This record gives sequence, C-alpha cells and structure tokens, in this order.
Amino acid sequence: MTEFLAMGEHGAYVWSAYGITLAVLIINVWLVRAKRRSALLRAQELATQVEVPRKQPTVRRLQ
Amino acid sequence: MKLPRWFHLLGSPPHVYRLAERLSPWLGGLGCALLAVGTVWGLGIAPTDFQQGESYRIIYIHPQTAYVGMMAYVVMAVAAAIGYVWRVKLAHAAAVSAAPIGAWFTFCALCTGALWGRPTWGTYWQWGDPRIMFEALLLFLFLGYLALRGAFDDRDKADRVTAILAVVGVVNIPIIHYSVEWWNSIHQTSTILREGGPAMTTDMLIPFLIMVAGFTLTFYWLLLRRLQAEILEREGSARWIRELVAEGSR
Repeated sequence: MTEFLAMGEHGAYVWSAYGITLAVLIINVWLVRAKRRSALLRAQELATQVEVPRKQPTVRRLQ
Repeated sequence: MKLPRWFHLLGSPPHVYRLAERLSPWLGGLGCALLAVGTVWGLGIAPTDFQQGESYRIIYIHPQTAYVGMMAYVVMAVAAAIGYVWRVKLAHAAAVSAAPIGAWFTFCALCTGALWGRPTWGTYWQWGDPRIMFEALLLFLFLGYLALRGAFDDRDKADRVTAILAVVGVVNIPIIHYSVEWWNSIHQTSTILREGGPAMTTDMLIPFLIMVAGFTLTFYWLLLRRLQAEILEREGSARWIRELVAEGSR
C-alpha cells in the first residue's frame, strides 16, 4: 500500500495531478448545479407572476 | 434540398431542453463510471513505464483534459459561427455554455502538464515551448471570450461580437496539435494519432482510451446541463417554461 502511494518517488506529482483533476471536475459539477438551480428559481418566479397583457399600440387619428 | 425534421428541431429551445433532460443522466452516469474504471486501471493495474517509472501515470489525465479543452473550443467556435451566420439563438447559448467548461479543462491540462514536466523534464514550465505557449493562449482565448461577454449589457450584441472572437481563435487548435511537428518542442510528437497506429502497448492504451471516452462524455454532460440553464435564462417567461416549472412544482 505504501509502495502504491509512493508511486516510485513521484507520488507527490502523480497524486496532486489526479487531485487537481478531481477538484476541477467537482467544481464544474457544482458550478453547473448552482447555475441550473438559480435559473429554475428565476423561472419559477416569472411563472408565478401574473401575466401582464401587452400594451396595445395606440392609434392616433390624423386630424 | 430538404432537411430532415430532427435537424430543424435542434433549433427549438423546448425540444433541445427536453432532449438534454433525457440524455444527461446517461452521459453523466456513463462518463463518471468510465472515469472511475480508467483511474483505477491507470493507477493500479497498468504496468510501470520502463523509462519514466510511475510519473508516466499522469498520461491518463493530462492528454485527455487537454483534448477536451480543445474540443470545447471547437464546439464553441462552430456553435458561435452557426449562431452568427444563421442567427440561431440556441447556437449562441451552446457557445456560451462550452466556454467555462473548456477554460477549466485547459487550466487542468496546464496544471497536470506542469506536474508531469517537473519529474520528467526537470521543469514545471518552459517559456518558449510552442505547445505550452499555445495551450496557455487557449486558456486566455476562453477567458477573453468570457470577459468580452461581460463587457456587454445587451445579450444579442454580446453573442454576435464574441462569436467573431471565437471563430478567429479557432486557428489556435490545429497549431496546438501540430506544434510538436512544426517546431522543436520538449513535448513528444503524437503518440496516438500517428502513422502506423498508436505507439503504446495495449495494456496502457486501453485505460488511456477509457479515460478519453470518460472525459468526453463528462464534458457533454456538463455542456448539456449548462445549456439547459442558459436556455432557462434566455427564454425567461416563455409559455413552455411556465408549463415546465408548473409540472416540476406539482
């Protein structure tokens, strides 16, 4: 086991490379989740608002 | 020429949103499973390299993350071009979604490369090495793209201006790929995509390719999830989103 962790003197390099990669993957998943959650919340907010009818264009009669 | 219906549907936000909803669990599940299998195989089972010893095991993450970063850039540039030329809003949304993921993977490739360079070449960073320089440029292209977007209040304008940057920057991709052949580099020349087949033994090649597939699927999983959020933000109060949200909260 210690031999496996040591990676023939290069353990520090190999394990930190894998650690950084894992961290990048986790950060990406977390960022996407946060973005989706806030987008869904915003959509929910918009959905609960009463639909405001669009203002009709006013037609002015020429005199 | 008549284009098939499924092709037209790729321009429809509700259709793509639902498609992403259906595909994402498969991409994410399979991608993570492949990454787990490949990591165990690469770190524990694959044989030791006779020249580099154990430090070579970074080969199961470094080329893969670099390749995904480049693929992300191509996806971004192609999507941006489609959005610019045919004015497909969804294509712009896809381009924006690919950028941060690509930036993260490129950052990861630079870090893992440094950590591999130290025990192998005796240095973390080599100024002037063409591949390292153009890979760093790739990271700055992603960051520049995102910064440029941030400079606009108007989303449509941001889409169009940044699309030009994305398309121009795509020249960098073949330069990164061929840099090891065009110039003297401390990087080795192509190991996998070379004439006469991969120069790697099968017991190293299998976990290598498993990791390539794992990172690729994980990238598309992240991309689709990001695209969904981007669609929700852009479509705002469209009727299909109201219905979708009502379905979800029920």
